[in-house]
Amino acid sequence: MSADRRAFLRAAGLAPLAAAWPAVARAAASPASSMLVLVELKGGNDGLNTVIPFADPQYAALRPRLAVAREQVVQLDERTGLHPALAPLKAVWDARELAIVQGVGYPQPNLSHFRSIEIWDTGSRSDEYLESGWIARAFARAPRPASLAADGVVIGNAGMGPLAGRGVRALSLATPEQFLRNARLAREEGEGTSNPSLAHILQVERDIVASARRIIPSRTFVQAFPPGPFGAAVNTTAQLAANPSGVAVVHVSLGSFDTHANQPGTHAALLRQLGEGLIALRGALQEIGRWDSTVIATYSEFGRRARENLSNGTDHGTASPHFVLGGAVRGGLYGAQPELDRLDGNGNLAYAVDLRAYYATLLKQCWGIAPGNVFGAEHRPLPLFEKSI
Amino acid sequence: MRASSFFAFVLLSAAASLAQAQALGYADARHLLARTGFGATDAEVRDAARLTREQAVDRLLEGTRRTAVSPPPAFVDDAVVPYRKVREMSAEERMAFRRTLFDQGLELRAWWIGEMAATPSPLTERMTLFWHNHFATSQQKVRFSQLMYRQNALLRREALGNFATLLHGIARDPAMLVWLDNARSRREAPNENFAREVMELFTLGEGHYGERDVKEAARAFTGWSLEPASATFTYRRAWHDDGEKVVLGTEGNLDGDAVLDVLLARPETARFIARKLWLEFVSPTPDAREVERWAQVFRAAHYEVKPLLRAVLLSPAFWARENRGTLTRSPVDLVVGTLHTFSIHPADFRPAAVTVALLGQNLFSPPNVKGWAGGDAWIDSATLLGRRQFAERVFRGSGESMMKARAEAGDAAPSASKAEGPARYRNILQRGFGAYAFDAASWQGPLDEREARNLDALVLPVPPVAAPAAASGIERLQALVADPAYQLR
Repeated sequence: MSADRRAFLRAAGLAPLAAAWPAVARAAASPASSMLVLVELKGGNDGLNTVIPFADPQYAALRPRLAVAREQVVQLDERTGLHPALAPLKAVWDARELAIVQGVGYPQPNLSHFRSIEIWDTGSRSDEYLESGWIARAFARAPRPASLAADGVVIGNAGMGPLAGRGVRALSLATPEQFLRNARLAREEGEGTSNPSLAHILQVERDIVASARRIIPSRTFVQAFPPGPFGAAVNTTAQLAANPSGVAVVHVSLGSFDTHANQPGTHAALLRQLGEGLIALRGALQEIGRWDSTVIATYSEFGRRARENLSNGTDHGTASPHFVLGGAVRGGLYGAQPELDRLDGNGNLAYAVDLRAYYATLLKQCWGIAPGNVFGAEHRPLPLFEKSI
Repeated sequence: MRASSFFAFVLLSAAASLAQAQALGYADARHLLARTGFGATDAEVRDAARLTREQAVDRLLEGTRRTAVSPPPAFVDDAVVPYRKVREMSAEERMAFRRTLFDQGLELRAWWIGEMAATPSPLTERMTLFWHNHFATSQQKVRFSQLMYRQNALLRREALGNFATLLHGIARDPAMLVWLDNARSRREAPNENFAREVMELFTLGEGHYGERDVKEAARAFTGWSLEPASATFTYRRAWHDDGEKVVLGTEGNLDGDAVLDVLLARPETARFIARKLWLEFVSPTPDAREVERWAQVFRAAHYEVKPLLRAVLLSPAFWARENRGTLTRSPVDLVVGTLHTFSIHPADFRPAAVTVALLGQNLFSPPNVKGWAGGDAWIDSATLLGRRQFAERVFRGSGESMMKARAEAGDAAPSASKAEGPARYRNILQRGFGAYAFDAASWQGPLDEREARNLDALVLPVPPVAAPAAASGIERLQALVADPAYQLR
């Protein structure tokens, strides 16, 4: 059915038309460098109930209470579908601008939230402890232009995550107006200190002063944004995308997805916010001609256990599917379907795509950065993109 | 070479023992009070300055309370609505219920902040907060303020009591049973959440247990549950797995208490706590040998907290010059410390509780079971600017501008009573700050050089980054609280 619809769109010539419009608009705007929007699904998202292998009999067997009924699944092909709360993303799928990478994980998975998100934030091996985030390391090796408003912006109170580390100009803010209102309280002052806590404060202060010169007040969009904190974060992301000085990375987060108990309502509500938020962001980016030069990618510390628990929830798991969206994306399914008959000793899924290969794909597409410099080993990028930015 | 380094050693140890016997003086007294409490007034610093290190530390440890001085909010004894009933509520009932939870949650936060500012035993509150961050439990999931209050009272009772008693108490604590899902864990499918975190975050630390230990321990805690009507601990025999288990090499028909005792018998547990205390009291870079020494004191004292803390507070590392001002103040440190140091006595602590939350430390709602990361993570562009804004508001100056601030705030909060969630937070903040009257009048006059130096020494742990020009008291004060060093302790 979805394949039919895609075929129809292609036949009607609508898909290329939809893709061409923003490209024209972009040509008229200033030469926008690419922007990566990272969406962190905090707490460990249940991948099996997000991208659902509805045709696999094991799925219903492992989840007598939690399985989403086949007729409710938003079917993408004859065996894979989306949770019904993600219905808004169907339009992006039909436009072939949504890549779903299944089974993203890493060898020797760690089931602790904190260690596992540390592995995801730093892009380390499971037995390796790195201090700085993977984006920070990439930018330390291939610095972004000093003319950017900021290398990275973390929206909300989430910690700096992949942007943590020295040498990257990263900000945390709620809205551009609020940031500018308060930035007058920052000053550039003394540099040399042997006190690392003080050095950190002075560095943050210098970053504020540098960015305040370039962050411009808000613009309004025709596109409406959903209510709630995630909708607001997506709105701010669109504001930053519209900034002529540019921002290389924006980080937003949603959660908690840590659904050990009473999962269905909580999970559906979170996925609804995700789907509605992403579709609004797409609309806003198309409006300003930045959809083709933006890549949106999700990540989470882990997926969840294949078998449901007795609390109507799921425990910590391993590999899970992630979404990559953008005008340059070659839509489709990547990675591998979850192998529900090949669970590990803890009842968890094997990974199909190393998270570093996932990141390598984003680094190459957005900035042409070679992964070997960042992860210490070659990770072949996935063919997720139609064209380079 | 060798002779001269020996000579230097003799001199140093002589200096050290001299320091032990001497009166602290202003800077050392301020250091001790700032690290063990939340700021100190000039009078408190002068009072402690007369004592020797040992006298001052022993006085701190002798006088600690196990209960709060401020009466808790009236609702803490109210019955809790069973979780099952909440799920059956109509949309309207649910809205009203959420509103009640929000208001009570804010009242509870304000109560604790008020206790921190007013208590004669600030070390008790600092350690209660330390354990809250250690056994980090969030109201986002627990929901009921009554349960958060009960846990807070337990943390306070054992804050300077016994860690083993506290650990056993926490494992039965209703808020914890809800937070880490143990209340629903039964033998057919043990929930691993508590079993994992008790090893990783409460006792051993990451890397000192295996996945198998988690699974076995989870079986031992099955049946540790909640009585729905009273929301108190109950043991459900039918849910408990009383088969043989092996946890960290100990075999037997282990129950939850036995597993906790296995964890307490491991040397990693004392080390893990001692290391966290270094980060809380000394510097961001723990010294493994000194931490090990403290861990041995802790084990020898059968997990009594006071002997451990005495070792920490009398250690050379605690007093070392190079460790002064190396800790980043938490939002609670900053806000409560500011109120206490400058004798600001608000009638309503809710704006302070909201400020602390907006700066990244929403009490009773840590971001996750690991608690607040602290250190450099407290300071990013948003929170640093928020901290400056807080200081600017409090030290705005004359009564006239305070009045103006109040009027502006009133205009900005027209629909205060209708707003929900974060919007209500903001409204409370804007309306409330007018009441944070700092006694600006007494600071108007000029300062002589000695007074100016003394003010610097009271307000900052290390010299200011930008040396303020000699000015009136209020101007100098405004410069000092805007200095980056004001974020340190």
